[in-house]
Amino acid sequence: MSQRVRLGAVRSTFSPWNDPTAKPLIQFQSVTKQFSDTVAVTDLSLDIYEGEFFCLLGPSGCGKTTLMRMLAGFEQPTSGKIILGGRDLSGVPPYRRPVNMMFQSYALFPHMSVERNIAFGLRQDGMPAKEIGDRVLEMLRLVQLEPLARRYPAQLSGGQRQRVALARALAKRPKVLLLDEPLGALDKKLREETQFELMDLQNDLGTTFVVVTHDQEEAMTMADRIAVMNKGHIEQVGTPGEIYEQPQTRFIAEFVGDVNVLEGKVAGRDETGHWHVETSASQTFLTVDDPDEVLHDGQSVAIAIRPEKMIVGRHLPLSSPNLMSGEVWDIGYLGDWTVYRIRLDCGSFIRASRANVNRYVDNPISWDEGVQLSFAPDSAVILSR
Amino acid sequence: MRRSLGMFNATVLAFGFAFLYLPIVLLIVYSFNASRLVTVWGGFSTQWYVALWNNQALIDAAWVTIRVAFLSATAATLLGTLAAIALVRYGRFRGRTLFIGMVYAPMVMPEVITGLSLLLLFVAVDFNRGFWTITLAHTTLTMCFVTVVVQSRLISFDTSLEEAAMDLGATPFQTFLRVTLPLISPAIGAGFLLAFTLSLDDLVLASFTSGPGATTLPMRIYSQVRLGVTPEINAASTILIAIVATGVIGAGLLAKRNASRAREAEKNSGNS
Amino acid sequence: MNEMMPKPGRTHFLRMLVPAVPLLWLAVFFLLPFLIVLKISLSYYVTAQPPYAPVWDWGDISGYFSALSFENYRMLVEDSIYFSAFLTSIRIAGISTFLLLIVGFPIAHAMARAPVSWRPMLLALVILPFWTSFLIRIYAWIGILKPEGLLNQLLLFCGAISQPLDILNTETAIFIGIVYAYLPFMVLPLYATLEKLDESLIEAALDLGCPPWRAFWAITVPLSKSGIIAGSLLCFIPAVGEFVIPDLLGGSETLMIGKTLWSEFFSNRDWPLASAVAIVLLALLVIPIVIYQNSEARRLEEKP
Repeated sequence: MSQRVRLGAVRSTFSPWNDPTAKPLIQFQSVTKQFSDTVAVTDLSLDIYEGEFFCLLGPSGCGKTTLMRMLAGFEQPTSGKIILGGRDLSGVPPYRRPVNMMFQSYALFPHMSVERNIAFGLRQDGMPAKEIGDRVLEMLRLVQLEPLARRYPAQLSGGQRQRVALARALAKRPKVLLLDEPLGALDKKLREETQFELMDLQNDLGTTFVVVTHDQEEAMTMADRIAVMNKGHIEQVGTPGEIYEQPQTRFIAEFVGDVNVLEGKVAGRDETGHWHVETSASQTFLTVDDPDEVLHDGQSVAIAIRPEKMIVGRHLPLSSPNLMSGEVWDIGYLGDWTVYRIRLDCGSFIRASRANVNRYVDNPISWDEGVQLSFAPDSAVILSR
Repeated sequence: MRRSLGMFNATVLAFGFAFLYLPIVLLIVYSFNASRLVTVWGGFSTQWYVALWNNQALIDAAWVTIRVAFLSATAATLLGTLAAIALVRYGRFRGRTLFIGMVYAPMVMPEVITGLSLLLLFVAVDFNRGFWTITLAHTTLTMCFVTVVVQSRLISFDTSLEEAAMDLGATPFQTFLRVTLPLISPAIGAGFLLAFTLSLDDLVLASFTSGPGATTLPMRIYSQVRLGVTPEINAASTILIAIVATGVIGAGLLAKRNASRAREAEKNSGNS
Repeated sequence: MNEMMPKPGRTHFLRMLVPAVPLLWLAVFFLLPFLIVLKISLSYYVTAQPPYAPVWDWGDISGYFSALSFENYRMLVEDSIYFSAFLTSIRIAGISTFLLLIVGFPIAHAMARAPVSWRPMLLALVILPFWTSFLIRIYAWIGILKPEGLLNQLLLFCGAISQPLDILNTETAIFIGIVYAYLPFMVLPLYATLEKLDESLIEAALDLGCPPWRAFWAITVPLSKSGIIAGSLLCFIPAVGEFVIPDLLGGSETLMIGKTLWSEFFSNRDWPLASAVAIVLLALLVIPIVIYQNSEARRLEEKP
């Protein structure tokens, strides 16, 4: 029998977090950070492995920036420890850590040229002048800014400044590179290009990248693993596929991507092993799979279905699983996808999306039409919280 | 990001302000000293305040000083604000460089030079020296300080507010009256207060440009200081400090109340 | 630039008034007097009212010019008292400015790093002493610095010294007085510049391996250059011609040019000589004044 694997569960062969003998490069151990009137991070533990492209993802105020600043050394944890390469970083100031940061505002020194900005960290280490020159040239080539070496930050565009900031942070070949919202200031096209550039760069250099962002598309595209944070806690750590297809909490399901959440009550199993859930969304019960075996009879449960997993049509076969009916309330045409917002007969709203695979469509679905929805039992995710 | 002041910075500030305020504290303390001498504490007494009340010469001088300060500060605020507007909003006009030079020079010019030159001017045109010459002199000196204060506010002013007003039908002049002016009025007020203080405090310019019957308080104090001072002067200073401190604290509290009201309003509008 | 739209006719005249009025005032009450001082410096002393001749006679211009004399300037050059007074003034002002920088920069820096809610209060605290009489605060220092004064009492009491220090009526007292009186003039421009400094620049320097003291010299100081220049000139230039502080605290030994000018004018009633002193002082200070004006003009331009 072929192994059924959930989409996105396996991305590449690089997965040290699955290797029990691998030792993490960075360890946060029960880290708490309290400011005078708020607690930014509460009892947080996290392992990051060498060579990972790791993302801290979450809404503003979730504590991700505080966590990163503690790793850089600009804040000290109120309690708990941060270990880097086996060494406890407590009390170590930022200028003695093998960690470098690319700032959100780039923080380029306005009174120094591009060359001198990049050379700055190297001069602090007392590197001989010839070596500094060679390394700066190497960095300039890396970010493709060689002809601009003598310019000053005020004479550069936003994208160019970002690359200088990147070159400057990588010049010392740090063990860990921190990136604070690296793509926020760029326009969309530039953002997409830079995403791939960053991934290639990380791959070539092998440096551990830790990116802080609130943009889940960014995180999903670039990261090997993502930690989703909310209100000072980590809600889930996993690969993009795991986060997207197996969100453990409602918060994650709603924060990352679009989702429909249906609430109901468990009403027994049938002979094929599917569970039945009674909801207001359907006349009959819904059938869902429970591979992690969390359900029992009579339990209140929330199930999540991604819009692209919904099948929508005017008339679906009667045997379709989880058949629901309603009318089209709104249509969003995005070019590559179309998103339908459908008002079910019971009054609640469902989103369904599908790819515009054909250029020409006969008789497309339009507003206020009656439609039917269906989804497979294994498309639903049972949310534990 | 909430950051607390480091130990070093806090110590620096503490010592710095202690240095600044030590003489003032001493002044206040000794105004209540029953003994005349600075070195001996003769017990608590308010006799100098009583003596001050009876010291007609000092009171007259104080009155002259306040009138001069008020008039010159008003004129200086008017002129200084005009100059600031010209500097910030008028782009490159003919004579701008000269203008800038003339506005900033009085700020740094040693007062003995300005005093001497103004006196010679008044003598040359045979203008009777007295109350009005001091006022003219003070206006000239203090208007550049007003310019600096107002100009820095104007520079950070959000011009899109004026554009919005004009978009809604206001002429440039109306916009200036009803949008710009109210919003920069704190800076203009601060400029006025600065000009008032500088005039209140000035000795050199007043000495050069005054005439019979127009003795200012600093002039009176200076002549007494050379002879040997009674603590009446301490009493006068203490009163002045008390007035000023009340004013500043009051203004600060008012500002805080406005700020917290603004924050409340924002919160409420956010909830609704 | 924030230019208002050009308007025709009558309103254009009104617009022209805005720079014209202050300009005219300054031309009459600031520039013109200097010309008069120049003219008087070329006159000579007579026991008359006013105590100089020749007096400007609208009819007799050629006679006027022939009567001009450079006697006063010759006296300034020949008599070493004036020369040393000029030198002393520049030296004292220079040292005081340096001391002001050393004292004022940490204060301004600490204020710029203070929590934002504190800053208006700190600013007010710096400005508040302004509001009390300058003369009286200097006078208070007499009480502190004299041999029986507070400072000596304190030091004797702690056993730090055995003999009272002779500070009053020396140059040291003048230094203390100038630093005390001019401190707000140094702190405020420095604070204005330091406040605008982006803190993330310092963090970036730390992140790249720079210890805090080195980050201070490599980043903070170069980027606050304009504030340092403005504050220094704002203190140095008027300090050269300072009168009250050397008069009250410096005693008869220290001769600064401000005192010289004052005594020539009020005691000797030699207006022409005093004018010559003023002109020479002005000439000495012209270069720093122009530097200051240029620096301020540049600051006007560079702001967004």
